[in-house]
Amino acid sequence: MSTVLSIAGTEARRIFVSPLAWAVLAVLQGIVGFVFLSLLLEYAANPAGAGQFTGMADYIGGNLFGFATILLLLIMPLLTMRLFAEERKTGSLVLLLSSPASLIEIVLGKFLGLGAFMLAALALMALMPLTLLVGTPLDLGRIASGLLGLGLLMSAFGAAGLFVSTLTREPTIAAVLSFGLLLVIWLLQIIGNQPGAIGQLFTYLSLIGHFDNLRRGIFNSADVAYYLLFTALFLWLAVLRLDSERA
Amino acid sequence: MDNDILIEARDLSRRYGERSAVSGLNLTLRKGEILGLLGPNGAGKSTTMKMLAGVLAPSEGGVRIKGVALAEDAKRAKQNLGYLPEQPPVYPELTVDEYLRYCAGLHGVARGERAAAMARVKQSCGLNDVAQRLIGNLSKGYQQRVGIAQAIIHRPAVVILDEPTVGLDPIQIREIRALIKELGEQYSVIISSHILPEIQAVCSRVMIINRGRLVYAEPLQASGSESFSNVLAAFRYPPSPEALHVIPGVDHVEKLDGDLWRLQIAGAADPREAIASAAVHGGWGLQELRAERHTLEEIFVELTSGDQPDNLKEAA
Repeated sequence: MSTVLSIAGTEARRIFVSPLAWAVLAVLQGIVGFVFLSLLLEYAANPAGAGQFTGMADYIGGNLFGFATILLLLIMPLLTMRLFAEERKTGSLVLLLSSPASLIEIVLGKFLGLGAFMLAALALMALMPLTLLVGTPLDLGRIASGLLGLGLLMSAFGAAGLFVSTLTREPTIAAVLSFGLLLVIWLLQIIGNQPGAIGQLFTYLSLIGHFDNLRRGIFNSADVAYYLLFTALFLWLAVLRLDSERA
Repeated sequence: MDNDILIEARDLSRRYGERSAVSGLNLTLRKGEILGLLGPNGAGKSTTMKMLAGVLAPSEGGVRIKGVALAEDAKRAKQNLGYLPEQPPVYPELTVDEYLRYCAGLHGVARGERAAAMARVKQSCGLNDVAQRLIGNLSKGYQQRVGIAQAIIHRPAVVILDEPTVGLDPIQIREIRALIKELGEQYSVIISSHILPEIQAVCSRVMIINRGRLVYAEPLQASGSESFSNVLAAFRYPPSPEALHVIPGVDHVEKLDGDLWRLQIAGAADPREAIASAAVHGGWGLQELRAERHTLEEIFVELTSGDQPDNLKEAA
């Protein structure tokens, strides 16, 4: 376990000493801020338009988090691309492979290191709707549910990106591939509109459907389990991939 | 089995698809040895070292480190191992201290002992002055030292260094060699190189690999042995070959470039004294007289150049 934390700590440090992480966080915050402002103005201009039963938290929090998913789809591949591809390119991956750390420890360590970035991004996005507390009561449960959904979505994106990063030695290729992969899994929802069992299956598999529930404040353990399984699956694939590389 | 065998590789083979990079290689390393792995470019040195370090799994055969099989208990086996690949595995965005602390943790150095371990390797690798600097801003020589420091921070029994002096300037090369010699006193070291003087300067035993096979394995003293079969002589006023041929102990005379002659000696006789006195007597103007010993370089060239056409065929 201490090996995992050691790898995670160094990975987090490497992410945060790179300008990339800060640039990404700045852009994320800038865009989220812009959307937040426009939602706020819209709500102020026409409070009735939000509907009788939706409050501030639902209207602003929900829409904001919904929009954030698109941003995350774009930025997560940029952060995951470095994890293994860059290390393979510079040769530093050998340090991990020749150390007594097992592949599972290596992958978990890298993922937890990325987790530090994901937490930072999540905290920044949470701050925005929470500022509304100054002027109005909020349904904190709904906000929390939305944040939980965002966190789970990010961890799924992160795990998929981490796996793709083990496939290649070019970070940019890893970024393009993981963006493509995530987008396809996202768009499974389109097929989900078809009637019948196939439609249901694809709706279930799609990344986005499970988030919508959480965003609306509906906590369903099946949705949480979906993201956790998705994350575990791709981390496991990464371990398998690294193992096959050695053989 | 002997307790001081630290690395034992049996029938190590590695194939990349159809191409065989290493086949049937046996290797043992005892305590306190510095083993040099020599071979032309592409001979399989790096592949062998990767397999010894557990980065690459052998297609056949196995490696035991201190009696622990790498394939069975990688974690325990690798604790006794320090590895510096061709490219030092450093993170340019970390400082030397941060990086070494990380490596200590990664190699299982207990938290309380990390500071002492770091101080020790910084001292022995001459890194004290750059401890606070970013690795990316250091010169190649210092990065290489950081790489070596990383390999020995956990006091492994075996240190594997893959071409540790590539890309360094002559002064850095001397420093790294001195460091490797020092390492040899505390650890067992395997170093690979295609630079012969480097191996000659630091190693106690040498193995030559060619096209994935072991072709030579001897202690280094033997390769510069006292026995010789040719004498080289240079004369300002060269005598006729017949005049040389009649000197007792000379079997065969051959004219080389310039004023140089190669005299093959008969049996175990040493004709050098006789040649000198004949030269003085005949006024040949003797300028040089020495035994032609088999150097590592000759052995190397002899063992690795014979099958050049095959090599090319394979590469094509």
